[in-house]
Amino acid sequence: MRFSMTNEMMREIIMDHYGNPRNKKETDNSEYQTIFMDSVSCIDKIYIQALVKNDVLIDVLWHGVGCAISTASTSIMTELLKGKTTKQAQYILDQYLKMIHEEPFDESVLDEAIVFMNTSRQPARIKCATIGWNGMEKILNGNKKDR
Amino acid sequence: MDVDKIRQDFPMLRGIKMQGKPLIYFDNAATSLKPQCVLDAILDYYRNFNANSHRGDYDIAHHVDVLFEETREKIAGFINANANEIVFTANTSMGLNMVAYGLMPKIKEGDEILLSEAEHASNLLPWFKVAEEKKAIIRYIPLTKEGRLTVENLKKSLSPRTKIVSLAHVSNVLGYILDVKSFAKEIHKTQALFVVDGAQSVPHMKIDVQDLDCDFLCFSGHKMLAPTGIGVLYGKYDLLCDMEPLMSGGGMNTHFNMCGKVGLQNPPLRFEAGTPNIEGVVGFYAAIDYLNAIGMENIDKRERALKKYAIQELQQCENVILYNKESESGIVTFNIKGVFSQDAGSYFNSKGICVRTGLHCAKILTDFLKTDGTVRASFAFYNTEAEIDTFVEACRNGGNFLDAFFDDK
Ligand SMILES: Cc1ncc(COP(=O)(O)O)c(C=O)c1O
Repeated sequence: MRFSMTNEMMREIIMDHYGNPRNKKETDNSEYQTIFMDSVSCIDKIYIQALVKNDVLIDVLWHGVGCAISTASTSIMTELLKGKTTKQAQYILDQYLKMIHEEPFDESVLDEAIVFMNTSRQPARIKCATIGWNGMEKILNGNKKDR
Repeated sequence: MDVDKIRQDFPMLRGIKMQGKPLIYFDNAATSLKPQCVLDAILDYYRNFNANSHRGDYDIAHHVDVLFEETREKIAGFINANANEIVFTANTSMGLNMVAYGLMPKIKEGDEILLSEAEHASNLLPWFKVAEEKKAIIRYIPLTKEGRLTVENLKKSLSPRTKIVSLAHVSNVLGYILDVKSFAKEIHKTQALFVVDGAQSVPHMKIDVQDLDCDFLCFSGHKMLAPTGIGVLYGKYDLLCDMEPLMSGGGMNTHFNMCGKVGLQNPPLRFEAGTPNIEGVVGFYAAIDYLNAIGMENIDKRERALKKYAIQELQQCENVILYNKESESGIVTFNIKGVFSQDAGSYFNSKGICVRTGLHCAKILTDFLKTDGTVRASFAFYNTEAEIDTFVEACRNGGNFLDAFFDDK
């Protein structure tokens, strides 16, 4: 059970993704959809790029500047969502946002993303822990409209 | 100065906690805390003489008018101006916009507006707008290596086409104090007008506009113990008379007819259309009294001492990068090595310490400091050395910034 993960393990996961962010690349392949996320209240600037084919997230990339929380949460998200169907991705996204907002959630799909369960202790940082996820949500929703 | 006694006057300093820790408020450059006397004055207005200004013939309305004009005089005295040179605004940003838009008719294509890279967005964007409308040219006075503005660099930047020079008296990022008097002397050898952004200076030092000889000075009440939503635009009276109001409406005209002919009030009323922020003015009155009782010289001395102490202690921390060791005012801009400014911000939050992180509304300066953001601690006279000690200890352990999320309190 994920909740048994110790604080020490959670810290390590965040620092690992902060130090070695996964899927952090920029592509100019026009098949990818790109979303730019920034914020008036902080200096995070994050681009999410996703390749969606037949309702599957074939690839998820990101680049930009961010703090440890936004970097690690976006990095973990890209690993988690890559290869999922858009429907699965939407479910995971919903569970993640529920966790962040302290609502009941299905932890079984969140894997490492569980390390952000304490974000509400620092309410000012919820936007950092969700910036990449909100970007992904925009891509998924835009995708829905196209069909 | 009896700091312990002063702290008793501030409800926010009497036992308020954040994240379970006693609150340490080091974000005074963003807004100051308010003493009880200011809160009382606001409540007194709503409880005992709630009325509009410039409108009524009855006693309590008259009382509002008297208090309003007394506050104007009090503020005039505070910066050594005349009462008719004090325009009430909402804040510094509004004052700067009023000057920029008010002077716009005088700006022509190819005229130059001189600014610096250290300015707050509020002293850049209004001028960008003027430049765009009038096809004028924005130029920046070069900063020295430490980030200072010097008369020498001003001289190199002034040209016969310079119409406006607009600069912060104290930079909200680096805290350097501009030599306004020498700048005014140099600027007034040309046709240019000198606008000073006093948001970070008026709350912290003795100001004498006649001695400084700037043409305009804008500041905010909320950074100097008064409520939010009230500020001041000081302008030399002749210049105010020659300036267009940004806003029109009730209270700023002498007469008008339905053909659209409008007679304008003289300054300062010309610039005060609509029902003013009366609780703000009333609160400002109490704030100025409070500051005067302590004395601005004493406040200045105390804050410089706090800054010096903080620098001396922070220099002992190997993991702290300081960007403005040499600046005089109570602003310390720094980073913790390897920690993104915002992560540091939450970490300080978890220790009960309020600091500002990011770009401080001065985005251009980031290119100059070559960092994605900084942490800013800014002191006020009611802060203590003991608070600085707690803060320095937190800096020392700043590498463990994820404590903010995982430390079991
Ligand atoms: C140098 C400087 N100018 C202007 C402002 C804007 O003040 P206000 O937000 O009260 O309009 C600030 C406040 O942060 C400031 O520090």
